Amino acid sequence: MNRTLTPLLGAWLVAVAATGSALFIGEVMGMVPCVLCWYQRIAMFPLALLLGMAFYSEDRRGAVYALPLALAGAGVAGYHSFLVAGLVPKAWVPCGAGVSCTDQKLDIVYGIELPWLSLAAFLVITVSLSLYLRRTSK
Amino acid sequence: MINRKLIIVLVLGIALVAFLVGMNLYQSRVQSTQEQQVAGQSERLVRMHSPVIGPREAPVTIVEFFDPACETCRAFYPVVKELMQQYPADVRLVIRYAPFHQGSDQVVKLLESARQQDKYLAVLESVLAAQPQWADHGNPNLELAYKAAEQAGLDIPRARADMAATTLDAVLQQDVQDLTALKVEKTPTFFVNGRPLPSFGQKQLADLVAQEVSKLKR
Repeated sequence: MNRTLTPLLGAWLVAVAATGSALFIGEVMGMVPCVLCWYQRIAMFPLALLLGMAFYSEDRRGAVYALPLALAGAGVAGYHSFLVAGLVPKAWVPCGAGVSCTDQKLDIVYGIELPWLSLAAFLVITVSLSLYLRRTSK
Repeated sequence: MINRKLIIVLVLGIALVAFLVGMNLYQSRVQSTQEQQVAGQSERLVRMHSPVIGPREAPVTIVEFFDPACETCRAFYPVVKELMQQYPADVRLVIRYAPFHQGSDQVVKLLESARQQDKYLAVLESVLAAQPQWADHGNPNLELAYKAAEQAGLDIPRARADMAATTLDAVLQQDVQDLTALKVEKTPTFFVNGRPLPSFGQKQLADLVAQEVSKLKR
């Protein structure tokens, strides 16, 4: 395998792990995703498919198309992280009815809040894709 | 090319195996904590006032935490009924109420008043059959539930008088207390001789009942 592909593979691995974890938490552990979690899922699930395809066919454009998804996901995850950290006034919270985005127990992994993990995943994907795009640019 | 294909297959395979192994571990952990919880307070499973369907002294007891407005409870009714027909002498069903939906508490009282008129099963079946009409979760139409009960032969004026009795409030309160203590959060939740299902499903319930029945034969 070409060494330039490594960041693309890395980004895909992170996307697969994040998608699998989100499905596990939702479907096996039975936690209902709040609105912000849904927006992050909407950005992450396609990445797991898209980056796999891009890696398989060694297609640079796949990374180009994936980058906006990763950035959008990082944006929502960043907002969600601020929210659970208490840095955003709760009055801004967009989810009135249904599952609360702030009050839910999100620190299921040894005190690490889920939005932080999500933010980290999106950032790693963003950085890896940027690296890959720079390496392959002519 | 082959190299990359191999990596992709490996990654997907590992992800799938990790997911399934994790699922198994998680479910067995949940089951064993639930089992311990129940073992410590088995008196909370069956109360004197709980309706029993089937032979009263049957050795295998299915406890169902039940909400008359819950669609899955409705879907499971024939499943449980079939299980009881399969083991007519060995299995009894104890119904506990989990009024999680708006209006469910009223329908529970309706069912209990049907018990006082010895029409429990008929009214239960009729109310469940009519559930799609009356049990809109945001806006239940209880009159339609009463109508279904009436069609099953319930004396409605008498039932309404019975429903006003405070004893039924006490029954409901006790059931809610018990389900809170047992950490029952969804309906239907089944316990077979005190054992929770490994994971929710028709087959899991049938298997657990079969296991408990086969213990008797030994």
